[in-house]
Amino acid sequence: MGDWKTITVPVLSSDSKNILSYTSEKKISPTSMNSQVLRLSLPSSKNMHSFFSAFCTEENLEQSISYIDRELTTLGFPSIYAESKGKELNLVSIINCMNELLVLQHKNLRAQEEVEMQHMKLGSDMDHLQNCYAKLKEQLELSKREIVGLQERDRQLQSKNRNLHQLLKNEKDEVQKLQNIISSRATQYNHDMKRKEREYNKLKERLHQLVMNKKDKKIAMEILNCVGRADGKRGAWRTDKTEARNEEEMYKVLLSDYEQRQKQLLLENAELKKVLQQMKKDIISLLPPQKQKPKEKSEDGLVLSDQEEDIGELNKENMWELSCETVREQLTNSIRKQWRMLKNHVEKLDNQVSRGHSGALNEKDVISREDHELETEKLELEIQQCKEMIKTQQQLLQQQLTCDDDTTLLLQDCYLLEERERLQEEWRLFREQKKNFEKERKSFTEAAIRLGLERKAFEEDRGAWLKHQFLTMTADCNNSNATTPSSEPDIRLMKSASRQRKPPSVLSAPVSAEPCQTSQYIAQNSVASEKPAADNMPNLWVESDDKEETE
Amino acid sequence: ASCVQHRLVVRDASSLQLLQLYTCLDQIQYIEWSSDSLFILCALYKRGIVQVWSLEQPAWHCRIDEGSAGLVASCWSPDGRHILNTTEFHLRITVWSLCTKSVSYIKYPKACQQGVVFTKDGRYMAVAERRDCKDFISIFVCRNWQLLRHFDTETQDLSGIEWAPNGCVLAAWDTCLEYKVLLYSLDGRLLSSFRAYEWPLGVKSIAWSPSSQFLAIGSFDEKVRILNHVTWKKITELDHPATIASKKTIVYKEVEKSPTVDTQRLSFPPTRELASSLFSTQSKYDISQVPVSLQYVKPVADRANPKVGVGMLAFSADNYFLATKNDNIPNAVWIWDIRRLKLSVVLEQLSTIQCFQWDPCQPRLAVCTGTSRVYLWSPAGCMVVQVPGEGDFQIVSLSWHSSGDSMVLLSKDNFCVCYLEREEV
Repeated sequence: MGDWKTITVPVLSSDSKNILSYTSEKKISPTSMNSQVLRLSLPSSKNMHSFFSAFCTEENLEQSISYIDRELTTLGFPSIYAESKGKELNLVSIINCMNELLVLQHKNLRAQEEVEMQHMKLGSDMDHLQNCYAKLKEQLELSKREIVGLQERDRQLQSKNRNLHQLLKNEKDEVQKLQNIISSRATQYNHDMKRKEREYNKLKERLHQLVMNKKDKKIAMEILNCVGRADGKRGAWRTDKTEARNEEEMYKVLLSDYEQRQKQLLLENAELKKVLQQMKKDIISLLPPQKQKPKEKSEDGLVLSDQEEDIGELNKENMWELSCETVREQLTNSIRKQWRMLKNHVEKLDNQVSRGHSGALNEKDVISREDHELETEKLELEIQQCKEMIKTQQQLLQQQLTCDDDTTLLLQDCYLLEERERLQEEWRLFREQKKNFEKERKSFTEAAIRLGLERKAFEEDRGAWLKHQFLTMTADCNNSNATTPSSEPDIRLMKSASRQRKPPSVLSAPVSAEPCQTSQYIAQNSVASEKPAADNMPNLWVESDDKEETE
Repeated sequence: ASCVQHRLVVRDASSLQLLQLYTCLDQIQYIEWSSDSLFILCALYKRGIVQVWSLEQPAWHCRIDEGSAGLVASCWSPDGRHILNTTEFHLRITVWSLCTKSVSYIKYPKACQQGVVFTKDGRYMAVAERRDCKDFISIFVCRNWQLLRHFDTETQDLSGIEWAPNGCVLAAWDTCLEYKVLLYSLDGRLLSSFRAYEWPLGVKSIAWSPSSQFLAIGSFDEKVRILNHVTWKKITELDHPATIASKKTIVYKEVEKSPTVDTQRLSFPPTRELASSLFSTQSKYDISQVPVSLQYVKPVADRANPKVGVGMLAFSADNYFLATKNDNIPNAVWIWDIRRLKLSVVLEQLSTIQCFQWDPCQPRLAVCTGTSRVYLWSPAGCMVVQVPGEGDFQIVSLSWHSSGDSMVLLSKDNFCVCYLEREEV
């Protein structure tokens, strides 16, 4: 290409030169021109020059121009001659043709380049594909070899397996054979044993005969005197009766044993039945009360009603005693049904719980979950607090325990001293109180004594006053008899009232801390005052005074 | 009562004071008290003579001579007035009556481990027989020795029979080559037959529970199978593995305590007591932590009657416990709680267990292992009791008194009585 360019440059600079060069080209060989154009391997510039000069010379100029014209026209280009003038060259058309040819040339060069590029690409693709092909071939080889190897192994293992199976079969056969041998030997031994035993029996028989026949005097029992039977009864002859009795006794023994066992079994049965009934009741109580919706749960309702009927039937007391098949079956069937219902119920609950854990669609579940979580958090907090408390307490305990001996002793002493002081204080208080009490008691007693004395004086005064009154009254009575019975009670009432009035005034002095004693005094006085005999009053009073004093 | 050579010595049980002394003609092989404790029979197998002595009248004597028939075994009947002698080669069993001086014969008795058994109340006697190579069982009424029932058993070679304590069921088991236990009712009907497995060695020992509710079958495969009396089917299998892993069982292990010797008190020549105390080792029980692996003895494969399997079975008197011994693990006693059907205690001793027996009144087990110590176990605990004395007293077997207050410990040449004090309530 470079060669062409160098060629074209001088060509463009001067037309004549161009023409010359072109003609030289054409001169070489018109047949080879096309091939020159198409040829990739470019001839050297020297050759070009030679070609350029070879084609067109000064002699054959017109020929070459006409030849070029013909070629161009055959190629489709416009003629280079001027219009109808002949031999005059149309420069414009020549330049156009040249331009066209250059454009063509460029196109061709580009096409060539592209083709070369494609060629290279294809070449590299081919190389790549060839490499791949080679690798794949290798891999194929490898895998083929592997397959062959594995097949070999498989074959070997299968043959081993077959061998082992064969061995196993052989062993089994051997075992079977040995077992057969053993059994045959066993029968043989048995047979031999039997034969030997028969011989032995014969010998024994013979010996027995000999022994019996000898009528040995030696075979005898020498006994000083016969001993009585253990149970004191006489021996019985062997008769059918005794035999029958033996049989009877034997059967009795057997029967008693069976009866005992049956009793035990009955007891066991009764207990088990009770347990079953209880279980049934428990199961019924565990099951949730089923609402009897007629549409949905009609079946369940029916079942329930059946069960209830069953329950009703079986809970009757008399049914327990029967142990016939039907009752037993009913009981077990009902328990099985209940158990199944309970199982279903528990399964439902489990499902609910699992749904509650996993799903969050149902609001209720979500809320409950949240509540649950809150509660768990609260509980955890509580647990933590408790733990902390426990820790602190433990620490305190530890401190206490791990104190030095001295400090512990001191502490103990301190505690003891504290306690002692407290106790002493309390003792003091107690003693003070005791003293106070003593004082009060003394004062009370004094007051009581004074009271008594005062009362005595008072009573004496009263007595005197009453005497005086009485005397005056008798004087009045002598005057008027009718008024005495009514006046006496009045007088008595008056007296009692006055008496009652007086003791409170007398007794207001002492401390009120002894109300019970004073009330007793009052009671005594009132009791004494209500006694009817007027004459006996002074005596009674004296008695009451005595009583009071002794109190 | 004890016999020394040809003399029979009778002592009082509580004071061991000599009460009577009888002399027999020859060396005594076997003695037995009658059921009312009035008579003692002394069997002299070599001479074929049985001599009977009375306790009330020392002058009374009785001698039964089998003569050329020979004597292999002898025992009392439950009423205490008849003696059953088994002649040599098990030709026949002769029933001698002390009251009537009469004789009866039972022909074709079977020569097996336990061929003649009496019911607990002494009413019936079952005898295993074999005629024409077939096993039979005959049931006799002891009162008048009449044959009640005679039936054949489906056993190859009947090895033993045992009455249930209630006297209504008879268990019969086959030889150890065949595992088969047959249960017959008193009237001879076959109630049930039990077969655990077919080929390996079968039943080794059998025991009834005192209430007749359970039948424990110990077999050569180191397992005990317990049948119940209602259906005669197996209710459980008790296994005796060499390793105990369950946390609920208590394992008591006998541990030797080294004797403490006060060196100051040593004197020369050493006194007898000192010597004995030096050489007699003390031991005590320790509780081992589970899991415990017990001493396992592999049995010799090609000998007959191998020391494998459960060889000793005993129920306690209150029916709560079952004591077993697995001959593979000869140093251990396994105590099972019957109420829970679980292993409750294992006693591991230092030497092989020789014998154990339950107290007839309380749930107390006494074990002896051939040393001079007797081991007692009760649900409250267990203890080791040393037999005091000079020299070695190797206890070979023991036997409880029927009141449960004392027991007799037997060694080869001596015996001693161990008294147990009752706790004052």
